[in-house]
Order: sequence, then structure tokens, then C-alpha cells
Amino acid sequence: MPSDAIEARNISKVFGQGETAVRALDDVSVTVAQGEFFTLLGPSGCGKTTLLRMIAGFESPTRGQILLDGADVTELPPNRRPVNTVFQSYALFPHLTVAQNVAFGLQMQGKPRAEVNETTERMLALVKLDEMAGRKTSQLSGGQQQRVALARALAPAPRVLLLDEPLSALDLKLRKEMQIELKRLQHETGITFIFVTHDQEEALTMSDRVAVMSAGKIQQIGPPREIYTRPVNRFVAGFIGETNFLAGEAADGRVTLKSGGATDATVANGRTGPVTIAIRPEQVRVGPSGDGTLAATLRDLVYFGTDTHCYLSLPDGTEVVARMQSPATGDIGLAPGATVGLTFAPGAAQVLGD
Amino acid sequence: MATLEDRQDARSARNGWLLSAPSLVILSFAAVGPLFIMLVYSFLKAGQYGNVEWAFSTDGWVATLFTRDIFDDTVSLADAHLTIFWRSVKLSILTTILTFSVGFPTAWFIATRPPKARALWLFLITIPFWTNLLIRTFAINEIIRSEGVLNTLLKKLGLIDAPLQIIYTDTAVLIGMTYVYLPLMVLPLFAAIDRFDMRILEACYDLYASRWRALTRVIVPIVKPGIVAGSILVFIPSLGAYVTPRILGGGKNMMIGNFIELQFGQGRNWPLGAALSVVLLVIVATALLFYVRAVNREVRHD
Repeated sequence: MPSDAIEARNISKVFGQGETAVRALDDVSVTVAQGEFFTLLGPSGCGKTTLLRMIAGFESPTRGQILLDGADVTELPPNRRPVNTVFQSYALFPHLTVAQNVAFGLQMQGKPRAEVNETTERMLALVKLDEMAGRKTSQLSGGQQQRVALARALAPAPRVLLLDEPLSALDLKLRKEMQIELKRLQHETGITFIFVTHDQEEALTMSDRVAVMSAGKIQQIGPPREIYTRPVNRFVAGFIGETNFLAGEAADGRVTLKSGGATDATVANGRTGPVTIAIRPEQVRVGPSGDGTLAATLRDLVYFGTDTHCYLSLPDGTEVVARMQSPATGDIGLAPGATVGLTFAPGAAQVLGD
Repeated sequence: MATLEDRQDARSARNGWLLSAPSLVILSFAAVGPLFIMLVYSFLKAGQYGNVEWAFSTDGWVATLFTRDIFDDTVSLADAHLTIFWRSVKLSILTTILTFSVGFPTAWFIATRPPKARALWLFLITIPFWTNLLIRTFAINEIIRSEGVLNTLLKKLGLIDAPLQIIYTDTAVLIGMTYVYLPLMVLPLFAAIDRFDMRILEACYDLYASRWRALTRVIVPIVKPGIVAGSILVFIPSLGAYVTPRILGGGKNMMIGNFIELQFGQGRNWPLGAALSVVLLVIVATALLFYVRAVNREVRHD
């Protein structure tokens, strides 16, 4: 069995000393498989960029080890790691042309001139910039600069490509294009990608697996679908997509909601006592009130085109959002103030950890 | 009839001339004027007790490169003059190289400090400017002269038996000029390095560049405008230096500046002095032309 592309073992990083010390990473362990599109997702300051810079070699861990293809690279400087980075600011060389930027890494590796030229041309074609080879990078648009940065980092055929929020400087339309482009490049090159972002949509659409980070710790690792549908705690549920949180009481493997009514959410390990239930807005069904439903009052309706959002409140004051597909007429036939009954889609309610 | 736009154009042109008038006046009186006088004087006859006689003569120009034997009137190449020219150019180039070698690490150090510390270091760099050049040069004299600080120290340490003869040599002039002109190299270098995006350096290392390759292939080309500016700022005043070679070089290690002064003073040969001034100007202009060209060509070849 081939070893993992990247393995981070019990990484801790403390910046500063004494009173002002900041723990950027706290005993983080993660493995990234060969050829995987792996995303580190979290709010700013969660340590995701620090972890990426550590894999690149720009930071060294206070404790822990980093393995690349099974070999310990913790002590290796960045120029001796077969890992390349696409920087958030691109960090292109302003004094070189597009082609010279792409060729730089290959030249530094001491590749023969013919191979450098051949690979550079291939990379420029890969990112569709063959026409721009002779231009200075300052003459390019943001999206084109992004492509140069990608080609430059891919040219030396790194074992792992690190991407530090590479799309954050682009506008929405370009961003969508680049998301597809990145996915295509990863597919064509077969290189392991580690992608850092604070954008949950980016993470969900592009990744094979996502690690959600917060406060220097990994909260959950899993495929996008699992992260979305089975968040393990309140942070993950709240950070990715919108979620309704409902208080409940667990007993005998079942959860009874405080506002009345039961759910089909299962509680593991015979846990009892107060728990929090998470349910996505699109899994909340709004219907006539009656037996087996959760009574609620419709406070407001917002029409979004494809969706209509219902803002509801439960008798105990808990706010609940339900998102339903707009019918053909656009009118869901309800008015604010109406009393309705809520039901949850089977299997959608999730009991959260702490 | 003039349109409103035409009248506005005319007014803005007039305002432009008015605004630039003070600098035009200063430039014509203080720069173009004296240069023109020098050029005229260089083609006149030398007066008996200095000054010039208003008669056309090329003696001044001939004397820049040749000497006329007083006895048999034969003309030969003036070796002493050539030596002075060569020494001036050589010392100026060496000064530029030395200030760069010392100044680049200094500027890099300052530019990579946190902003607060940076201001302090820059302030320290400019402190020598607060003292008169003459006094600073005498201070250097005090350090390197035979019984000076340096020799006394080396003797006490037992590293030398006899004092090092530094004072009144080209080396002394070089040390003095390097010290005096160092800030002129550091400041433009700092400005260029300060603008340098350190993330680009990370990109270098990320793309397998060694420290040396990162320096030569990326940092130096990017901060080149600062290097060019610093070199020009050091080279030009070095070439015309007067005080430093006078005090540290003694009487015999003259540079062009001292030589020109000699002609207007004891030598009483104003046309020669004027011609030498023009020669200095030409050397500076030529050197700059070659330097800037060479630098630009390098950029294209990269």
C-alpha cells in the first residue's frame, strides 16, 4: 500500500512566548491520501494557513512531525521539499515574463534547457495561457495571474500542491470558473491538492475530503456530504451552511424536543440528558398543524426565486428557518401569522456532540 | 472665437510656466550659467596672476593631456594628469562597489525590521549628516593615522609591530569616501528593498531556489532601480570629491577635484582648471551612459 501523500502527526504550533503566546495549532493530526483533493476549511485565525505553511516548510512546528510520502520532512527547508505553493497574493516574479515565471522552478531544479522549455509550454497550454508567454505578469488580469501562479507551481511536478486561498482575490464569476478549472487540473495532473479556504461552498464543491478547523483544532474530517449532513458539533453545523439548533432531552436512545414532539435522531452510547439537535432548513417541512407535528408560528416569508425561506418561531421562542422550493406560482399559500406544523425529513435531524 | 475649452487650455499652460518659473530661474543662473562660463573660460588665455585674458586660446585644453617642455618646447603626454584621472575613476568605482557591499546588507537589515525599529535605524543612518564633512573626515584621520586609534589598538593587541601606513594613501581616501557616501547608497537601497514583497522571496524558496539564487535571480533584479540610484548618487560626488582626498590623501594622492582647485589657486591657470571641470563633466556623463545602458541590457537578457 502506498504511503499517504502527507501525514501530519500531533502538530502543535505556539507563536510568541509567555503571556502573549498564541497557540495556532493544538495537537493536529491529519493524513492526506495520494491524489486527493483535500481542503482545510475554517474561519480566519483557525490555524489552517499555519498548517499549510508548515507543510510547505515556511513554519516549523513547535511539536510534532510532518511526513511526505512516508518520509519525515519536518526539518527540511522549503527549497528541498517536493511541494509547491500557490500563494494567496500569487507572489509572481514581477521582473520576469509569464513563461520565465513558469520556468523558474524547473531552472532551479537544474533541468536541461530543452526539458524546461517543453514543460513550460505544456504548462502554459494546460492553463490556457500559451498566447501570453512573452507578457510581463503586471500586464495580466487577476484571473490570468492566478493561472500563471498555478502553472508555475505545477511545472516542477510537485508531490503535493498547496493552495492558500487562491480564489479569494477573484470576483464571483471568475471564482466559479476557477473552481471548475482547479478540479480539472487536479484530475489531469493527478497531483495531490491541499486547498485552504474559509469559503464553505468552495470546500463542498471541490474537495474529496474536508477538514473543518477552529481555534487550532480539527473539528471534523470527512467527505463534503458527510460534513454537511452529519456535523459532529455545533461549530461544524453552524459554519457550514445554515442550521437550526433545537434543544432536546435524550432518553432510551430517543430525543424528545423541549418544544414538544419527538425526532427520529438516534443517540449513540446510551447517552441521556440535554442534547442539541441540528436540522438543515431544507429538511424542515412546513404543513398544516396536527398530530405528530411541531407547532410553530410563521413570522416572515422571504422569496428567493428558486427557494422561499420561512422564518418561524416555536412556542418556547426558538427561531427556526425552513427553506422550501418555490411552487410554480411562486406563492406557497401561507401568510405571516399563520399557525403551521413542522415535520423533519426522515433521518435529517442530527444529534450534536458538545 | 476661442471656446471655453481653448481658454482653459491657455490658462493652464500659462499657470504651468508661472509655477516652473522659480526653478527655471535657479537652473539658468546656478547650473547652466556657471557651466557656460567654465566652457568659455576654458578657451581663453591664462592671466599672469590668475583670472583670464580675453583672447582665444586652446592652451587650457592642450594642457589637460599634454605638457610643453620649458626648455625645448616639445609636447609630451602628461602622465601626472592621466594618473590623477585614473585614480579618480578607480577610487570612485571602488567607493561605489564598497558602499554597495556594505550598504546592501545594511539596507536589507533595516527594511526587514518591524516598522518602529526601522524608523530608528534610518534615523541613525542619517546622523553623520548632522556633522560637518570636514570634521567627520578629520575624525577618520584620527582613527587611521600612524599614532591613531586603529594602529594603537592593533599594536596593543600585538597584531602588528610597526604602524600600518594607511593615512595619505589611496586606501585612506577610499575608506574616507566609503564612510562619507555610505548613507547615499543605503537610503535608495532601503527604499527599493522596502517596496520588495517578501512573499516573493517565499515563492523563490518554494520553487527550489537556494539563498544565493534567490538573491541573484530575483532580489537583485527587482531592487535594481535602487541599486542604480544608489550607485549614481555615490559615484558622481566621489568623482568630484575634494575634502576627503585633500585631508586623507595628503598632497600627492590628488583626485580631479583637488587638481582643479590647484589650477584656480596656486597654479594660476584658470583655463586649464575650466577645461578640467568640463572633462570631469564628460567623464561623469559618459560613465553614467555606459552604466545605465549596461544595466538595461542585463534586464533584457535575463
